[in-house]
Amino acid sequence: MTSVLSTSGLFAAPGPGLPEHRATFGPLPVADPVQLTAAAELTGRGGAGFPTAVKLRSVAAAAAAGRRAPVLIGNGAEGEPASAKDAVLLSRAPHLVLDGLAVLARALGAADVVLAAPARLLPGLAARLAERSDGAAVRLHPTGDGFLAGEESALVAAVEGADPLPRSKLVPIRERGVGGRPTLVQNVETLARLALLARGDREAAGRTLVTRRSQVNHAGRTDVVDMPLGTPLGEVLRVDGAVRAVLVGGYHGTWLPAAVAGELPLDRAGLEPVGATLGAGVLAALPTDRCGLRETARVVGYLAASSAGQCGPCLNGLPRIAAALQVLARREAPPPQLLTDLWRWCGLLPDRGACRHPDGTVRLVASALGVFGPELRLHASGRCSATTARPFLPVAGAGR
Amino acid sequence: MTRLAVDPITCTGHGLCAELLPEAIALDEWGYPLLAHGELPKQLLRRARSVAATCPTRALRLVQTPARSAATEA
Repeated sequence: MTSVLSTSGLFAAPGPGLPEHRATFGPLPVADPVQLTAAAELTGRGGAGFPTAVKLRSVAAAAAAGRRAPVLIGNGAEGEPASAKDAVLLSRAPHLVLDGLAVLARALGAADVVLAAPARLLPGLAARLAERSDGAAVRLHPTGDGFLAGEESALVAAVEGADPLPRSKLVPIRERGVGGRPTLVQNVETLARLALLARGDREAAGRTLVTRRSQVNHAGRTDVVDMPLGTPLGEVLRVDGAVRAVLVGGYHGTWLPAAVAGELPLDRAGLEPVGATLGAGVLAALPTDRCGLRETARVVGYLAASSAGQCGPCLNGLPRIAAALQVLARREAPPPQLLTDLWRWCGLLPDRGACRHPDGTVRLVASALGVFGPELRLHASGRCSATTARPFLPVAGAGR
Repeated sequence: MTRLAVDPITCTGHGLCAELLPEAIALDEWGYPLLAHGELPKQLLRRARSVAATCPTRALRLVQTPARSAATEA
């Protein structure tokens, strides 16, 4: 089970109900979200870290130019198996998310307001909506559990009743999304932070939710914390002699050697020098008893199976990359050309898909080949430094 | 500034574009187009337009660059 340690910030209310929410945070003031998010420099918490104010302005501009009221979607799909923060937020502090939607819906004059989340969370959310006078304005939409379910154009497709697959971005959904209307998709944590900003909480944009995975007493443990951006990684995640490497940013993220990871400030500027980003806030400390190549091969197998299979480079490249990693994860010398092929395939994928799935997968693979270089050499000589094959990183059973 | 763009979902790798406009389009090992980065040279513009028009799936197009920018990041 995922536990939460914080009792402040987003999780300050003692329960998920409206009375606790009101007692903790007070009423929701009327607020200008563009001004608030611009002043606080709030960035999206779905993974890309895009400035929220810029997104809001472009949707508002598209709506004004086309004289069409926009559609607003709160994104709680959280397709990444290693991430739990959105589900925890929707369970623990749903009214902050709904407040954020209300602020945006009012400011944008939204024609349709949708909260998209995994089906298992919808009954609870329906009960929370029923507590609110503005609850009837929000439509709940179930999302699938596939990795790409939260990709914003896939979400638009799902809300339209089509298969939840990414779409071409030649015309961005900010201009033409659900039903052809300008569409704003915001991660649920971004919405909750906006709700705190609206109440004058200046720290709200300077904190972020993180899903941490580590090994405690020989068992994997996952929890969620609300931490200040810029905190050294080692203060959020225990990086000691029992940790081999740290995965930063989830399955589209970057492996870092344990020796480097601990000191890094967890924000954009702090992670940039090592080629990493916080993504949707997943941190995982790989224990020394596991093999980083084996773990990466399993995750990349899952990611390849999660491809929508719509774009040629991804359709052809990811299965080959996944198969190559499976060979490299074995304790045997790989075919002589394999690493050369693997690097070439990795070079062929970025910037060529409708979504960033191939780009993110290649980022993970490239970092694994670097950080687990010594392990590659061990494998080639028939050895492996791991002592157990037990999986550490979670992957969902099926693909999309 | 005008550049080439491909809708990767619509493209099914016929490869016609690379045959007709080898100056700006190559094929990867699976038969999908690799587009030259940056601005399309002026002398190629007319031919590029007609090549885009002959793409069997209408996946190839010419776009004005400022339209892209931040919009590709979600």
